[in-house]
Amino acid sequence: MVLVLGGISLIASAGVGYVYKITEEPIALAAEANTRAALAEVLPPFDSTQASQLVLDEIPVVVHTAITSDGQVVGYAVETATRKGFSGEFRLMVGFLPDGKVQRVRVLQHAETPGLGSKMTEDGNPLETSVVGRNPSEMNLAVTKDGGEVDALTAATITSRAYVDAVARAFNAIMTGTPAAIKTGDEPIDTSTGASSQNAGKEAENE
Amino acid sequence: MNKLQIVLSGIVRNNPTFVLMLGMCPTLGTTTSAINGAGMGAATMAVLILSNAVISLVKNIIPSKVRIPAYIVIIAAFVTVVELCMRAYLPDLYRTLGVFIPLIVVNCIILGRAEGFAAKNGVLASALDGVGIGLGFTLSLTVIGAVREAFGSGSVFGQIFISGDGMLIFVLAPGAFLVLGYLMVLFNKLTAKMKS
Repeated sequence: MVLVLGGISLIASAGVGYVYKITEEPIALAAEANTRAALAEVLPPFDSTQASQLVLDEIPVVVHTAITSDGQVVGYAVETATRKGFSGEFRLMVGFLPDGKVQRVRVLQHAETPGLGSKMTEDGNPLETSVVGRNPSEMNLAVTKDGGEVDALTAATITSRAYVDAVARAFNAIMTGTPAAIKTGDEPIDTSTGASSQNAGKEAENE
Repeated sequence: MNKLQIVLSGIVRNNPTFVLMLGMCPTLGTTTSAINGAGMGAATMAVLILSNAVISLVKNIIPSKVRIPAYIVIIAAFVTVVELCMRAYLPDLYRTLGVFIPLIVVNCIILGRAEGFAAKNGVLASALDGVGIGLGFTLSLTVIGAVREAFGSGSVFGQIFISGDGMLIFVLAPGAFLVLGYLMVLFNKLTAKMKS
């Protein structure tokens, strides 16, 4: 009895181990391809990236610095996360230009309600258009319900607040992780990428 | 029972969702869209065929006292294999189904068929039972997903035919129960008609 169960467990674990071995590489490749696709979407054209990891509020954040072949920094992409989502943690990739303006935001992984919070993954949703083309330090980064300038998703205020939380964390990550370029703000902006300017000249101080 | 009958019985007479009423948790949880339902059904079917075949193969050497733990070990191994393969080769589908894939281990359809069919029948018949029940489960989940997606998001398999918000309740949890209930009525009506 013990022998049979032990034998079955042994064979099963050997089989699982074998499959793990052969899928290990494709899984790593798939994860890498996913990151690379997200980087290409949220950043202006670049040649290589340098990743640095840091932890903000106990949440791991990865800052990818995008560099062209002549050594110029063209942007920063931050893998950020929030635990304030309606259905737990979700992860975003936020692309910043060297002057700190948001280039694009992409949702990497989420479990928000389909049809409500999940709208944050769609192109041109109010959350993304509210922050794209603007520097988070020069705007009131909060949803309109909380007196900020970010238009929330209809019927998904919790998701919207969490989204803002993640974007703010991304911005803080480049402020602490890669200070020089952002703070001075005199790095050239790559205009060829057509970063849309949603900024209607509104100015408000962040709290 | 011939081989075709075994497969067909899993789709209609022993349909796991509408007749046996097994595996309700993934049925209600993953069918927010047609493609999610189909993906969940396909993953379950793969595990079901493999576990049914292997359990039928080793049924004579397993003492009946430890048969349930032995079945669970076999099923869990196959679920892990399917999960690893999905992560490697279908990462997008894996991201949407997420936690429901490991939960196939405790899907009662699989243990139910192991105990109720594979433990009493030959390897080929058991594998075919896995195909039939798996197809029945996949088709049911796809239909539920398609209906919920159509009413809730105005699209089927991601093809939008009405733009706008849709009736969100169908995508949320209550919609799963509503659609399941009405489809069950429809299914029973149709099968009753076929019998008479």
